[in-house]
Amino acid sequence: MTDFPIKVSAGSVPGLWQRSARADLVAVIVIAAVAAALYFLFPSSLALLTRIVAIMLLVLSLDLVTGYAGVATLGHATVFGAGAYAAGIAAAHFGITDPVAMLAIGAVSGALAGAVSSLVILRGHGLSQLVLSIAVVQLAHELASKLSTWTGGSDGLSGIAPGPLFGLFRFDLWGRTAFWLAIALLIVVFIVLRIIVRSPFGMLCRGIRQDAVRVRAMGAPVYFTLVKMYAIAGAVAGLGGALSAISTKVVGLDSLTFDLSAEALVMLVLGGTGKLFGAMVGTLVFVWFEDRISAINPFHWLTIVGVLLVLVVLFAPKGLTGAAEALWRRWRKARP
Amino acid sequence: MSTVLSIGADAVAYGMVLFVISIGLSVTMGLMKVVNLAHGAFAMIGGYVASYATQQLGLGFGIATLAAIIITALIAVPLERLLYRRIYGASELTQVLMTIGITFAIIGIANFLMGPTLKTIALPEQLQGPVDIGFRTIAAHKLFAVAVGIVVAGALWFLVERTPFGIRLRASVDDAAMAGALGVRTKIVYAVSFALAVGLAALGGVVGAQLLPIEPYYALRYMVTFLVVVSVGGAGSIPGALVACLLLGAVETTGRYLMPEFGEFFFYAAVIAIVCIFPNGLLGRAK
Repeated sequence: MTDFPIKVSAGSVPGLWQRSARADLVAVIVIAAVAAALYFLFPSSLALLTRIVAIMLLVLSLDLVTGYAGVATLGHATVFGAGAYAAGIAAAHFGITDPVAMLAIGAVSGALAGAVSSLVILRGHGLSQLVLSIAVVQLAHELASKLSTWTGGSDGLSGIAPGPLFGLFRFDLWGRTAFWLAIALLIVVFIVLRIIVRSPFGMLCRGIRQDAVRVRAMGAPVYFTLVKMYAIAGAVAGLGGALSAISTKVVGLDSLTFDLSAEALVMLVLGGTGKLFGAMVGTLVFVWFEDRISAINPFHWLTIVGVLLVLVVLFAPKGLTGAAEALWRRWRKARP
Repeated sequence: MSTVLSIGADAVAYGMVLFVISIGLSVTMGLMKVVNLAHGAFAMIGGYVASYATQQLGLGFGIATLAAIIITALIAVPLERLLYRRIYGASELTQVLMTIGITFAIIGIANFLMGPTLKTIALPEQLQGPVDIGFRTIAAHKLFAVAVGIVVAGALWFLVERTPFGIRLRASVDDAAMAGALGVRTKIVYAVSFALAVGLAALGGVVGAQLLPIEPYYALRYMVTFLVVVSVGGAGSIPGALVACLLLGAVETTGRYLMPEFGEFFFYAAVIAIVCIFPNGLLGRAK
């Protein structure tokens, strides 16, 4: 009698893992194929594509906090900037120029910044949470601009000269090394995040977003779980910041602004919240078109984004990927 | 002592300008429960209309201010009907996104129509030049802003607390379905209060144009300041907004006078401290 349910779970769990592993493999192949296609189609835009990957890491991080754990924040650039400045300061002032070490420093300081800022942000709910997150990013921005001996102030932090990757690959003028480093980093982060999101911990975060009171009643620690999620998200965004410091060789105050935080949120919603692919698609579409249209007139771009945002909120609340999924499902239903 | 008074006078003037603009936002956020980040954009439209009326058409300051309020409210009413009505009661995130979208679009259109340069509003002679207030001289337009702030605070308190319209408004906010069943036309009440809030934004944009200059990024630059002021004061509370504006105006002005290199540092440190201690704002109602 008793071994019946055990048998079922023993039979279904490996199946589930196998299926999700297969889905992950397909996703990784898709990312690599898109990256390769972009590499050959736009060899002169590799710097832009690397920047897109750095911002993708920021938006993925925001997705963890907002999409999965349900914390509303308009100050997520704090963790991105923390990673960027930590990696930049390590390279410019302490001579740590190994790119992998810089990435590690960025991730650790992003995680620290995430954990510390979450202590403030999680004190509020709804409106006060939004205002606290804005105040945190503005405070960080002011600090970075005042500590100019360390951060270079409003001139930006320069003098970052990353050494060759693994001692083998130099960062060339065309940004090829930086591009492939970025893609490799993105794939690793993507796989790790898929595992985290699917783990019991990830499920707990989703439960908190849906009903925090119930989760607390079940005996799970709500506050501590959210702080942990914030630290993980901080590490991801910190990696993004470090990547942008390595690839552009400067860190500016613009990596610690309310504007960047708000833009990251717009990208996430454009792509679709609560889905890792949504974050990536939203960033790619947003930054790519921003670059192309801003070259003509930055204000036209603002108008278009504004109208697009209103349309997405009204007609496609699940974002571009959500709308695509709905279309796909309808198409599948139409032809059995 | 004279430094204290001098800082105090500037702090009160700055705080009152903040108050005139933010009180409209406090009405939308507290009474209608909409986080309207486009509020600064409406203040900017008011500033543009007044600037165009005084500089291009040569109209007087009073008529230009009136025109700014009416035209901005006329622009806002269709937006309320078409867009805002759909996000009443939605989550804060949805409201933030929709209103950021509206702000972006207004910035782009404002630049397309008016160009990227700073716009000034021609002041009448009485408001130009300094006025002696005993211990120092202060610009007349700052005194005017303080006077406007006091009048707006009093009038709004009277409207919400002492008139039949105020009763209907508060009833619709507390329970829209019940108020509707009792014969209050909630849709019209909402539309009128929204137009009122936007009109106040436009008035603030005109009165405060000397301190917060009118240009396309105005809407984005001060968006955060207005939102912060309202949430520190407590959304929907008129005295709360007044206290918050004077307090934050004092913190920022004092910081600028005594430690100018730290800019807005004190402002945001104070915001974090206040919001952590009073999550519903200084005088806000608990949810």
